Amino acid sequence: MAFLSDTTISFRREIGPTLRSWYYIVFGLVQPLLYLALFVPLLGSVPGPDGASPLQWFVPGMVVMLVLFSTVSCGWALTEELMSGSFERFLATPMSRPAIMVGRALKELMPLLVQALILIVVAVPFGLALHPLQMLLGLALLMLFGVGVASLSYALAIASKHDGSLFYLVSHSISLPLMLLGGVLLPMTNAPGWLYALSRFNPLTYLVEAERALFVGDFANLSVLYGALVAVIVAAVGLSVGVSQIRKASL
Amino acid sequence: MIHARDLVRTFKSKAGPVEAVRGLNIDVAEGELVAFLGPNGAGKSTSVRMLTTLLPPTSGSANIGGFDVVSEPAEVRRRIGYVGQGTGSGPYHRVRDELVTQGRAQRLGTAAAKKRADELLVMLELDGLADRNCASLSGGQKRRLDVALGLMHTPPILFLDEPSTGLDPHSRANLWDHILKLRRKTGMTIFLTTHYLDEADTMAERVMVMDNGVLIADDTPGRLKADLAGDTIRVSVLCEDQAVQAGGIARNLPGAREAKVDGRNLTVALPDGEALLPEFIRRLHQEGIEAISARVERPTLDDVFLGLTGRSLRESAGA
Repeated sequence: MAFLSDTTISFRREIGPTLRSWYYIVFGLVQPLLYLALFVPLLGSVPGPDGASPLQWFVPGMVVMLVLFSTVSCGWALTEELMSGSFERFLATPMSRPAIMVGRALKELMPLLVQALILIVVAVPFGLALHPLQMLLGLALLMLFGVGVASLSYALAIASKHDGSLFYLVSHSISLPLMLLGGVLLPMTNAPGWLYALSRFNPLTYLVEAERALFVGDFANLSVLYGALVAVIVAAVGLSVGVSQIRKASL
Repeated sequence: MIHARDLVRTFKSKAGPVEAVRGLNIDVAEGELVAFLGPNGAGKSTSVRMLTTLLPPTSGSANIGGFDVVSEPAEVRRRIGYVGQGTGSGPYHRVRDELVTQGRAQRLGTAAAKKRADELLVMLELDGLADRNCASLSGGQKRRLDVALGLMHTPPILFLDEPSTGLDPHSRANLWDHILKLRRKTGMTIFLTTHYLDEADTMAERVMVMDNGVLIADDTPGRLKADLAGDTIRVSVLCEDQAVQAGGIARNLPGAREAKVDGRNLTVALPDGEALLPEFIRRLHQEGIEAISARVERPTLDDVFLGLTGRSLRESAGA
């Protein structure tokens, strides 16, 4: 119970300034519309999965990309508080350590969730078929995955000891190949053999495949199980690495 | 309330292991106000971070308010207020929100946290700033907010790590007014680190001096100064011959440590100079030597540090 209430405390503290900045909210609302406006016209000639709209294939990839890129670099926001001392203030309280991380990660994920929902709703008139339950499950898996990636990002921020260029170098050189190899933007089935083989070693591939299955309403697909496993493992590994990094931090 | 036994902390560095704290033993009773004094890099903050569960000791143990920092950190954290060296408030957060969040983090209910936040805002003269972003506060206001954050759950023990560093003299005095007032009201145990000598001298009842990771002195400021530095009597006489003669008399004063003659001036180091000065002048008069000026200089804690280490704390601290 302490974990849940501490997560709420941490989340509410972090989300406060976000909710107070109107320009952040406006930008956040417009961003998914931009993706659709500038990308959907390109999809006209692309065939969708099994005759369905190409949006059924494109939107889940877009959402995965949003989550991965936002959470991978969110650790940097912690650096300012690590340096100033306000993060340390919470470490000197009895708050649960994983809860501090999860609350912060959820603060990053909440706007992404809203953006994903907008993306889905706005894409409906352009031909996206709604599968509400499956899509919500897909978003839930992504949130779980995002908590894990955000925690790893916090761990990296602590480990890189206030060195911004090191942080960005490491986080981007991991996330970019993951994203490209995950078939987020183009189908990996078109890839040459070696590239396809490589993509099978990328955990993100399985999450993307699970999202695509769920977005066409396909619950009983083995890829959903693999994707869920990837999300759970990333969350568990991320949190344990993050917490041990907090404990070790001798700043 | 605060007990440490053989506390050691070693950091890894490129040049090999660095022993920041090398076997710290301290005992602080309930209600004491202790100042931890020493130059930058002496190991003060590392010690405080171990006592507040923020840093695991390499070896040794510490017990805070009856609980072990390593095996029962959550119990320790519940009983301490910690005001670190940095700014505790987040720049984009509002003053009252930060206080309420801190209260919730320290297991206060929402209503109790709000009530306590309003009390502390008034007590630390921060009312009127409650809805401002913390980034917009002045240095002194930010520091008072840090203290308020540390006090949200009315802890029996308060750790303050360099509470007044970087503040102008007026803000420092103001912060101290508040801390001392709070202490009179609550009787809490306060453990603070500082490299301001005057602060340790005037505010603390007990001073612990740390240098190179070890505690080199632990007593009241008065006794430290009497035992480790002593007073200096400076006397000027009419001519150099008389000064030499007066030097001989000075060396026979009770407890006199050394007497130096420089032209017509004489300095004598000894404990309790104020009590001995009239006697000294009377003896000089008996020998036909007239003092044309005389004064007693009281030692500072810097003299204590100088006596202990051969270095001046002012130089070491760079302040």
